[in-house]
Amino acid sequence: MYKILKAEKLADNIFLMEIDAPRVAKACQPGQFIIAKIDENGERIPLTISDYDRESGMVQIVVQIIGASTQRMSELKTGDYLEDFVGPLGCPSDLVTDDIEDVKKKKILFVAGGLGTAPVYPQVKWLHEHGIDADVIVGAKTKNLVILEKEMEAVAGNLYITTDDGSYGRGGMVTDTIKYLVNELGKEYDHCVAIGPMIMMKFVSLLTKELGIHTIVSVNPIMVDGTGMCGACRVQVGDEVKFACVDGPEFDGHLVDFDQAMKRQQMYKTEEGRAMLRLTEGATHKNGGCGCGGDK
Amino acid sequence: MDVMKRVPVREQEPQVRAKNFEEVCLGYNAEEAMAEASRCLNCKNAQCMKGCPVAIDIPAFIGQVKEGNFAEAYRIISQSSALPAVCGRVCPQESQCEGKCIRGIKGEPVSIGKLERFVADWARENGITPEPAKEKKNRKVAVIGSGPSGLTCAGDLAKMGYDVTIFEALHKAGGVLVYGIPEFRLPKETVVQTEVENVKKLGVKIETNVVVGKAVTIDDLQEEGFEAVFIGSGAGLPRFMGIPGENANGVFSANEDLTRNNLMKAFDENYDTPISAGKKVAVVGGGNVAMDAARTALRLGAEVHIIYRRSEEELPARVEEVHHAKEEGIIFDLLTNPTEILVDDNGWVKGIRCVRMELGEPDESGRRRPVEIKGSEFEIELDTVIMSLGTSPNPLISSTTDGLEINKHKCIVADEETGQTSKIGVFAGGDAVTGAATVILAMGAGKAAAKGIDEYLSGKKN
Repeated sequence: MYKILKAEKLADNIFLMEIDAPRVAKACQPGQFIIAKIDENGERIPLTISDYDRESGMVQIVVQIIGASTQRMSELKTGDYLEDFVGPLGCPSDLVTDDIEDVKKKKILFVAGGLGTAPVYPQVKWLHEHGIDADVIVGAKTKNLVILEKEMEAVAGNLYITTDDGSYGRGGMVTDTIKYLVNELGKEYDHCVAIGPMIMMKFVSLLTKELGIHTIVSVNPIMVDGTGMCGACRVQVGDEVKFACVDGPEFDGHLVDFDQAMKRQQMYKTEEGRAMLRLTEGATHKNGGCGCGGDK
Repeated sequence: MDVMKRVPVREQEPQVRAKNFEEVCLGYNAEEAMAEASRCLNCKNAQCMKGCPVAIDIPAFIGQVKEGNFAEAYRIISQSSALPAVCGRVCPQESQCEGKCIRGIKGEPVSIGKLERFVADWARENGITPEPAKEKKNRKVAVIGSGPSGLTCAGDLAKMGYDVTIFEALHKAGGVLVYGIPEFRLPKETVVQTEVENVKKLGVKIETNVVVGKAVTIDDLQEEGFEAVFIGSGAGLPRFMGIPGENANGVFSANEDLTRNNLMKAFDENYDTPISAGKKVAVVGGGNVAMDAARTALRLGAEVHIIYRRSEEELPARVEEVHHAKEEGIIFDLLTNPTEILVDDNGWVKGIRCVRMELGEPDESGRRRPVEIKGSEFEIELDTVIMSLGTSPNPLISSTTDGLEINKHKCIVADEETGQTSKIGVFAGGDAVTGAATVILAMGAGKAAAKGIDEYLSGKKN
């Protein structure tokens, strides 16, 4: 059992938790993730690590409600427990493992979209602690969905906020801000890390390819075990099929087949929705009685 | 009673069991077990024992069953096996103990597996558990993985008095017994959990949710004071064919389907984990795992085809599994090989293109090599494809442990007699060493390594 040291709502359908998990806190690095399971009946859910404290054994996660397990998890309070919490999983970010002197020479841009702000934060923080200031773009649909702004401000070189509807910061998509920085402010970058919804990462990658900026994305496909065992998380990267859980989650954005990855993310949409309905309405949606037939 | 014939074992009717996840085989009752035991010739030079990877004293335990001394029979089995209720169910007895039984020359061999299962089930129902060691050695051994090899190695070491901790990557102990083999062949709560609890009763500690190679390394464990480490991490990485369309929605590894269903209980409405059951499913492969995946898909309501490139004779699955699968209505498309998975505009599987095969000359494995028949391509419409082509060892440990030698198949190199690897104090066994094999071979390796570790630690001053 893993104690919830803090539970806090960040925005609609997004919440933050700090978990007592000393083994994970001791070993984890920016870029890695964990898998949490609320109880016996819950699903194993891959979640990015947004912060950690090796001393106190704390690991922080940010969760979006998408299915029954995350809905139930959002109802837990400080002092409650998660039944299972395993990690760190996946490979650390290259920025953390590469030669620090090489990294120091790079001009780095982070592009975070929505929930993607959470996994971007520990990378920017790590660089800041090693004397490297990176520019950070944080994008969200609307003002209420901008998360971890203060935290990010404290560690970013320059922070640019943008909302799709223009309710806060600059208006428009993150790609508009990238163009603004490069074309209008004349900024030069040679390394970009983009983390957010697949569709955002796709368009950022298309743009940075044009601009000639090497780009790393962090994919979040469907997973079960997170240790390479099931292959649910396979992603086409260039000519190769990679398992995001052990080979990733970070890959070269210019090589990832985002269209396939987006289709694969939809695979259990109906099943997840069904589990959600069961939770809110009882067993009204058994056996595809509504004729949805699996949403194929 | 005809002594040449086995006492038949009761099973759920095929039409009934095809729609549920309850155990297929119902096992013997006491009367049936005693009758079957009486068929044993009690050979002086017992061949059956030579066929058993953990060398259970088979004539001795069967002798006790014959007399109705089931507790004593259990004690005899427990001396050699930590998981009798499991082995009685999933061992390939026909090629091991029963394959060597003298009764089998003229008639049917003694049902050793079913008798072992009866004894283990009887012991569980009557609350009999193995005895923990009287003297503790106060020396720490780490076991990585709680599958058949890890549980056996840990159990044997605990019986010798070692202080053993098992580290398991998943949230539940049991390894392939929990995530791989389905409920209808191996009940999880009654059988597997009880065997795991029995190992714990010997004093073994189990820490779940620890991925060795990620959260801790083998070197970390040695620094934490573990004087020896046994690696029983299994062969977990699924293989795919590398044909077009394999990343389409609706293509799964058998591992994924089985894990969703067995470990995460996706078949049960009360669990959150989804599974895409499919209406018409092809399982590619002919091993035991393919049979498990096929029979699981059938129980979830699908029409299921096994697609296998050789003929029935070469099917690597146990005869009993093939027989059960056929009885339940699985369709076998033999001498057939997929060449492409057909995908619709939304990225979902809509069919599979296959080619007919014929058998040519034998290959290195001694089996006749399947050769494509030119121009025989055809398509099958379906919505789900499950790839069951075997697995290879996970590199998580070998890639994070300095000085651990692996071979070209990425298997850990270990001495067969002792389990000793190229790294001092580190032992290994089971699928991590051999590649995908059977539960009982992994147990045999765990047992050998326990002996190897004891010899190593006895020679090394505390």
